This record gives sequence, structure tokens and C-alpha cells, in this order.
Amino acid sequence: MSGITVLVQKKEKTPVSATRELLSGARRLKSSLGGEIAAIVLGSFSEEGASLLGSWGAEKVLHLDDPTLDTFNLDLYSHALAGIIKEQRPSLFLLTATTYGRELGPVLAGKVGSPYLAECTGFRAEDGKVLATRPMFAGKVSATVAVRGTPFLACVRPNSLSLEPATPQNPVVQKVSASLPQPRMMVREVLKQTSEMPGLTEARVIVAGGRGLGGPEHFKLLEDLARVLGGAVGASRMVVDSGWIDHQYQVGQTGKTVNPDLYIACGISGAIQHRVGITSSKWIVAINKDPEAPIFKIANYGIVGDLFEVVPLLTEEFKKLLSEKTAV
Amino acid sequence: MNILVLVKQVPDTEAQIKISPDGKKIVSEGVKFIINPYDEYAIEEALRIKEKLGTGTVTVLSLGPPRVKEALRNCLALGADQAIHLVHENGNEPDSYGAIFLLAQKIKTLPHDLILCGNKAIDDDMSQVGGGVAELLGLPFVSLVTKLEVDPQKKSVVLQRQIEGGLEKIECPLPALLSAQKGLNEPRYASLAGMMKAKKKEIEEIKIEDLVSGGEIARKTEIVKLDEPPPRRPGRILQGEVKEQVQQLVRLLREEAKVI
Repeated sequence: MSGITVLVQKKEKTPVSATRELLSGARRLKSSLGGEIAAIVLGSFSEEGASLLGSWGAEKVLHLDDPTLDTFNLDLYSHALAGIIKEQRPSLFLLTATTYGRELGPVLAGKVGSPYLAECTGFRAEDGKVLATRPMFAGKVSATVAVRGTPFLACVRPNSLSLEPATPQNPVVQKVSASLPQPRMMVREVLKQTSEMPGLTEARVIVAGGRGLGGPEHFKLLEDLARVLGGAVGASRMVVDSGWIDHQYQVGQTGKTVNPDLYIACGISGAIQHRVGITSSKWIVAINKDPEAPIFKIANYGIVGDLFEVVPLLTEEFKKLLSEKTAV
Repeated sequence: MNILVLVKQVPDTEAQIKISPDGKKIVSEGVKFIINPYDEYAIEEALRIKEKLGTGTVTVLSLGPPRVKEALRNCLALGADQAIHLVHENGNEPDSYGAIFLLAQKIKTLPHDLILCGNKAIDDDMSQVGGGVAELLGLPFVSLVTKLEVDPQKKSVVLQRQIEGGLEKIECPLPALLSAQKGLNEPRYASLAGMMKAKKKEIEEIKIEDLVSGGEIARKTEIVKLDEPPPRRPGRILQGEVKEQVQQLVRLLREEAKVI
């Protein structure tokens, strides 16, 4: 078994940047593991998409061009990928920890009989084997884990692996086929929130609100800031439990663990359960009236002040800065 | 209807996690343990389904060291009918792969129409047991369930589950394994009457060695080392007039942090 295979995550018919992260990780491991870097695409895909994958490091693109796979279905995806993995025999298989990825990983690992690790944030090679880093106990601990057996299936947290520079190259594109089973579970309806905001676990910027917001109507302030920064809105457990916002926005130990480049905590005191959910953020800004609020212990920059004053000012300043940027 | 609920005991969310001297596990002495919060939604849903149908049994199943008995006793106090404890003696803890194998071995011997579990355990954050057990049992699996309706006549469920920025409505035949997400329900507290009744209910105990007829339980993953997370850069509180602070912050984010 050799080589590294990556499952491509796509939007319409092109790969997303989280896939570039996987391929970057693969490139860094290639010299130790040997073999080829392959990217698997399920469903419709464009030629430009394939070139993009090539520039990100894919030497081969395996394309299962069946439009039935344009929507995720666990039975179809796990069956198709198990077949491809058994044929290609990579030593490492990477997929991104999206909702679907986290569901697919364990089932696929079961079908292939391989070791599996979820929420991987880093990899390194040692004596031809791959060691993975992953958080445990809601981020209170960082674990280095070894696996026995191949392929090693790893579900990777988005925004964790650093990017390698793109080098234009055309990969070999190979069409593959699979006889797909009749799936047991069927998606009857998709109810999407009309929001241009990225998902919390993939967002590069998150603006989050806590008790200091005072009520659900004030989330608008945070949405305005998030929009200017191209980010997502998050919330502390307290405001979710108070019914101010849906639990899918909850950040923290019993909500989502996030790792954006920038996390702006507004009116959040920063209880340990919230802090563990954000501790992997690259930069943390805290805005709170209370100078003793625990959030300031982990913030890189803190403003002790009234968020109703600070947040709109911030939105204005960022608007100014970012419009200057595009004027250049 | 036979409903199984997979339950895990985990360190309390407020527990201070200390790494053992050998660096390969955490120190459990002095740590308060709780039922994994996501499993509480699974238990609650099982009880509600039973109450709604007016019939059925709810069996909770947990793999763990002797202290896990307390968690199972709590589940019985909430209203579960039966509890099964797959016991491993302290220190001999299987990895996720082993846990999946052992749970599936036991479940194969139990009647099951629906199996519920929590979306993930807050200690290892692997989200693996649900899908892994479903795969070994050949059951369909759906994760992150936020709404569930069971149709015992049609032997199927209609559910809603969370996806990025929305929900999917999914129909799935029974038997199936589903993982519960926050928002599925509001878990109940045990009543005094429930706690009294629980004392009389039996917890079936099975040593994990007996599930594999003397064989070894294979490991596929091994913790090499546990470390404290890398320390964060020390931060600072900005000074000056609010407007100045805001301008300074934006400058810092652009020039120092380089994130904007």
C-alpha cells in the first residue's frame, strides 16, 4: 500500500479550499510515505476543477462521474469510496471534517477495516508511519496518536493544515465507475437557512455573542460585523439556552469547537466550557464591560467596553479598511 | 419496540484535566464523571418514544470501568427498563475500534428496533461509535438528529438532521442507528420515585474478555503522547478612548495578526 488519497469536497463543480488544505498536508507527507497523491471526486465536476486540484498537488484525479452523487448519501458514498480505496490501496486517506465527513469517516473505516481518527489537526511522519495530532477533552489536551494497519483513514479539521504554494500542473484524470446500491436512508427535503455566511466550523472569522448582548434582537450588530469580515456568527451556551439563537450557532464544549483565524467574543464572559471551544482560534479578540471577565485571559487583544458602542465602530473601521484595500 | 441506547461516562465539563506522569492518559482520580451530555438526548428520546407508543423497552448499554455502574443507575432512574454494563478493569481500556467491536458483539444478542447514541463523546470527540457500530451490524446510520418521528407500522423513521447552514429531512427504515444532536429534546431529571425504582432494577454485568471468548481485543490506535495544548501568545487589553481602541485594534489585526 502506498500513496495518499484525498476525498474532494466541492461546491457546484469546483473543489473548496479545505480540499487544498488536505492536498497540502499530503504533499508534506509524500516523501516519507511514497506513492502518488490522488484526489477522488464523486459526482459532477469541471475541467477547471481538475486543473485546480492539480495545482494544489493532486497527481491523479479519480472521477466517479455519476450525478446521483451530487448530493451526499451515506450508503452511496461509503460504498463507492470503499470500492475505490480497496482498488487503489493508499496508505493514507484524508477527508474533511464537515457534517458529512464526520458521518462518513467511521462507516467507511468500518467497510475498509482500517484504523480511523477524527478531528485531526496535524500530521507528521516517523519511520515511514504517520502520526496524527488531535485535540481531546474539548481541547484541554493535545494528543499524538499512532495507528496500526493501512490505509489510515483520517478526518481532518478544516482550517488546520497550512497551505502549500500552488504549482500549475495538469493531473491525470481517470474516470472510475461503481455499481451503486439502493440507499436505505433517503433525503426527502433540504431546508437551508438563507444565509451567505460560512459554516461555523469552516469559518475563517467568527463574531460571537454572549449574555452581554442583552437579547436576541442584538445579534443584528454581530451579523453586520460578520458580514463585513466575510465571517460567521456564533453564540455562547447561555444565549442558546435562553432561546436567543438556534443551538447550531453554539460554540463551546457542548456546541461546536471552532478554529477560525479570528474569533471576536462580544459580551461573552468566557467560562471554561466556552474557552475550550475557541482555544484553537489563531487570534482572539474580546469585548466585554467587565475587566475581570475570564475571556480576557485567552484573548490576544481585549477591549474593556460596551459592545453596543464598540461593535458598530469596529464594523465602520473594517468597512473603511477593506474598501481601501479594493481601491488599490 | 426495543430501543437500545449507547451511553458513555465521561469527565465532567468543568473537570481539570491532568496528564498522567507517563504522558499517555489522563489522571482519573478526583475527577467527577457524568453521562456524556449528547447521550442524555438519546436517553430522553428513547423514553419519549416509549411513552408515546405506550409500549416497548428501553435498554441502556455502556462500556467502561466499574465506576460506569453509577451512570447506568442514573439511566435506570430516568426511566430505562434495563441496563447492561460491559466491564473493563481500569487500565485495560479498549480504543474506539475495540469499543465498537465489543458493543456490536453484545447488541447482536439483543432484540433491537432502534439504537440511539449521542453524536459524540466530549472526552475523545471521535464521533465514531455510532457509525462504527451501525456498520458492523449492517444497519443504516444517520447522525446529528434534531427531530425524530417513529412509525412502528411502517417500520421506519422520519427525522431531521443538522447540516451546515440548514437541516435535512430524511426517511430511514428500521432497524437503524441514529445519533442525537443538541436540540433533539430537553432531557428530564430523575424523579425521587425513579431513583427508588432504579435501586431495584438489575444491571447486567459482562466482562469484556467474556465477549471475545478469551481472545484479545485488538487495538488500531495508540496514544503516543498527551500534551498541554500549545500556549497562546500573551494578550493585552487596549487603552485609550473607545474610538482610538477600535482603530488600534483594526490596525493590529491588519499589521500584527495579519488576519484581515
